[in-house]
Amino acid sequence: MSDTEFRRPETGAFFQRDRDWHPPAFAPGYKTSVLRSPQKALLSLDNTISEITGPVFGHSMLGELDNDLIHNFAKAGESAIGERIIVHGRVLDERGRPVPGALLEFWQANAGGRYRHKKESYLAPLDPNFGGCGRTITDENGYYYFRTIKPGPYPWPNGVNDWRPAHIHFSIFGHGFAQRLITQMYFEGDPMIWKCPIVGTIPDRRAIEQLIAPLDWANTIPMDARAYKFDIVLRGRRSTFFENRPEGN
Amino acid sequence: MVQDLGYLKETASQTAGPYVHIGLTPNFCGIPGVYERDLGSSMVNDKTLGERITVTGRVIDGAGAPLKDALIEIWQADAAGLYNSPSEMRGAADPNFTGWGRCPTSAEDGTFVFETVRPGRVPFKDGRLMAPHITFWIVARGINIGLHTRLYFPDEVAANAEDPLLARIEHRHRAETLVAGGQAPNYVFDIHLQGEKETVFLDI
Repeated sequence: MSDTEFRRPETGAFFQRDRDWHPPAFAPGYKTSVLRSPQKALLSLDNTISEITGPVFGHSMLGELDNDLIHNFAKAGESAIGERIIVHGRVLDERGRPVPGALLEFWQANAGGRYRHKKESYLAPLDPNFGGCGRTITDENGYYYFRTIKPGPYPWPNGVNDWRPAHIHFSIFGHGFAQRLITQMYFEGDPMIWKCPIVGTIPDRRAIEQLIAPLDWANTIPMDARAYKFDIVLRGRRSTFFENRPEGN
Repeated sequence: MVQDLGYLKETASQTAGPYVHIGLTPNFCGIPGVYERDLGSSMVNDKTLGERITVTGRVIDGAGAPLKDALIEIWQADAAGLYNSPSEMRGAADPNFTGWGRCPTSAEDGTFVFETVRPGRVPFKDGRLMAPHITFWIVARGINIGLHTRLYFPDEVAANAEDPLLARIEHRHRAETLVAGGQAPNYVFDIHLQGEKETVFLDI
């Protein structure tokens, strides 16, 4: 199936963002936000065509190992060190509809909590076989999956003794530029989630729980990798239609 | 009781963090070979129609320092005012123009650069034409939810004067924060996160 066949274009405006559900720009417990947060009110507007449209990312651009962080930076015959996991789930919109063709990009620390970045100074070692980035595109039902190793927690300079819980960063590109989202996935059972100032920027506990992926025992592959399931919800959109192309729901 | 609307809640945003370049522009930040090239690094080719322009700028924090760990994405219409998107119902956009670009701010001085074309005008919901503009989305460490804004052009005075979005800005001097500096073909668009020159950001 080609990339465009399953993607019937929609042209309605996206639902207004619930700004009380998202973290506020200014969250002083996360110190870097203090000088990087707009202080004036946002200008609220219904979407125009500049926000309801967006580019298409075709499956053909993906390399074979793009969704395999265990191997996509490793030397031939070698693999990244760490707990082997599969992360999978669906990208839906607020109406509960699958979002096919969504571009997902992820990045993370290695099993010891170290990022491959020249500004990173944590004393944990790099893994020569782990780069830390991957990507995939959802299928016609909005499903995605990738393989990786479970990232380690790490300390960061905020408070004297702040640590990030194990997490994977996600960038999600749906069907319109206004749907653009970056978030982080956490792991079920991690007590550090509730101590983290970045997690704590989110005011509503339910919104935090939506970022915690449960262990998916049913999809765990015996003798290979445990599975975590992480569903992502993007903004829904109204069923408004343009005059020149009436389209029902 | 009434029926449940059954809507889901949008996944909450979290900051892109200090290492967003690892995920979105790995070749730029020293992780070569995973992808052939960084997505969004080229918007045009030698067949792209329209007037070539560059847009450079910085994202500046409340202490006046440029962000060296930010990532910018832009989205715009082609020279004829059409978006290269399935949701564009008015016609087929230039196939040699993606309309979408992604650029990290540099580790040295925090600048970003886009090589693109001057966008055509696209309609507002009521059919009036908006002034030519480029939509910006900014993420970085310390930014808890991506910031949307727009660039307008300094040499489109008449079109800017009738633009419905610019007209919505109550404090007129703040509309100037959305108008680039420089001149054709090299425009400069500095984004100020705070302060007197704070850019107008959009909840859109």
